Amino acid sequence: MKEHRLTTPLSKKSLANLACGDEVLITGTIYTARDAAHKAMLKMMQEGRELPFDPRGAIIYFAGPSPAPPGFPIGSCGPTTSSRMDPFTRTMFELGIAAQLGKGPRGQEVTKTLVDFGGVYLVALGGAGALLAKKVKKAKLLAFPELGPEAVYELEVEDFPAIVAIDSKGNNIFKR
Amino acid sequence: MLSFDLMKSIKREGLVDLVASLCIKANLVLPKYQKEKLEWALENETSPLGKKLISQIIENYKIAEKTGLAICQDCGLAVVFLEAGRDVHLDFDIYEAIKDGVAKGYSEGHLRPSVLHSCVDRTNTKTNTPAIIHTQIVDGDKITLTVTPKGGGSENASRLAMLKPYEGKQGIVDFVVKTVRENGPSACPPVTVGIGFGGTIEECALLAKKALLAENRSEELGDMEKEILELCNNLGFGPAGLGGKISVLDVHILSTGCHIATMPVAVNIQCHAARKATGEI
Repeated sequence: MKEHRLTTPLSKKSLANLACGDEVLITGTIYTARDAAHKAMLKMMQEGRELPFDPRGAIIYFAGPSPAPPGFPIGSCGPTTSSRMDPFTRTMFELGIAAQLGKGPRGQEVTKTLVDFGGVYLVALGGAGALLAKKVKKAKLLAFPELGPEAVYELEVEDFPAIVAIDSKGNNIFKR
Repeated sequence: MLSFDLMKSIKREGLVDLVASLCIKANLVLPKYQKEKLEWALENETSPLGKKLISQIIENYKIAEKTGLAICQDCGLAVVFLEAGRDVHLDFDIYEAIKDGVAKGYSEGHLRPSVLHSCVDRTNTKTNTPAIIHTQIVDGDKITLTVTPKGGGSENASRLAMLKPYEGKQGIVDFVVKTVRENGPSACPPVTVGIGFGGTIEECALLAKKALLAENRSEELGDMEKEILELCNNLGFGPAGLGGKISVLDVHILSTGCHIATMPVAVNIQCHAARKATGEI
């Protein structure tokens, strides 16, 4: 089991080095999106509009943060259950994202998508929203403010801890 | 007959403020019982990664307590257990007052509003209301409230079954363990398992929810609780579902009578952020 430092946007090469079970520390920009935001982004694409962020090499974080208390860039900020985003996953990788970050097992079709596109699925510790919020240095509302906590946020993170759950070869930590 | 002037009157404002403060406390301070369970998990976990994750869970609740950042960003649906003393007089709608208290607490505590108008109109009410309120009339002249925020991920992992009576006790055990095996890994384990059996479907589900508040072994069903706990901790999905021994922190059962033709069983899964706060007025 190795530890890697990842800087966004992620390159194909850095993804290929990641193996199931490895620990990573992410520094750079990640984008939050949950069910409602994925649905809204899909609609944008069907209407021929551009996504709120450049998807190439991006990490999508399945999260809906709490409002920021005074003095903090963001509130509690842990992952939500990833499997709810399974139906959107292939489309997002077709657009060029490099990784998804969430919690819990995924459906089989996700593993196939990751292998096809050389992507990875990372997990952060669910229910550790206060600890993970400390790794967020800046937060900016990017799109869909009407969705409240389900809006798309751009988060600047430093040494955000995660674990490689499914690697680009299809090895799956939940199947071990 | 008790004369009206002997009854205790409770002010609406005081009740609203109590509910608000309980919502905030529940989301920032993990109960002592849960902290002890996590220490037990840290001692008993055998996987190095699992141990590391449990120590991060412990670090997380300490950060929340110190900083005012919520323990989990999913500050839950506010499930409120209301125990109303029979000698209390109220000149206001207590359910509306609880709702106002929840809205106040979630707003002032910077807690995430996670409630939508309905399953089909999925716009956020922005107040984290309506709340879920369960009422019990008890002796005395006090109102006791327990606010227990319930996250969506672990609620999604919960199941209810109308088993066939011939399946017996083993059928119940099998159903519970199957539910934990299939749904536990995505419910932020180590989880707590609340089990209700008997009654009708709504009674059975409520018993499972109430079982999550228990802190002691059931006198009648303690052996069954221990048996299920051991079976679950042999499943191996462990902390965060990433492998390990401690998948479940505890199992609690509440049971009531049932119809000759039925065997309802409800399993309510609770993530490791098992939050609750109690206060009285």
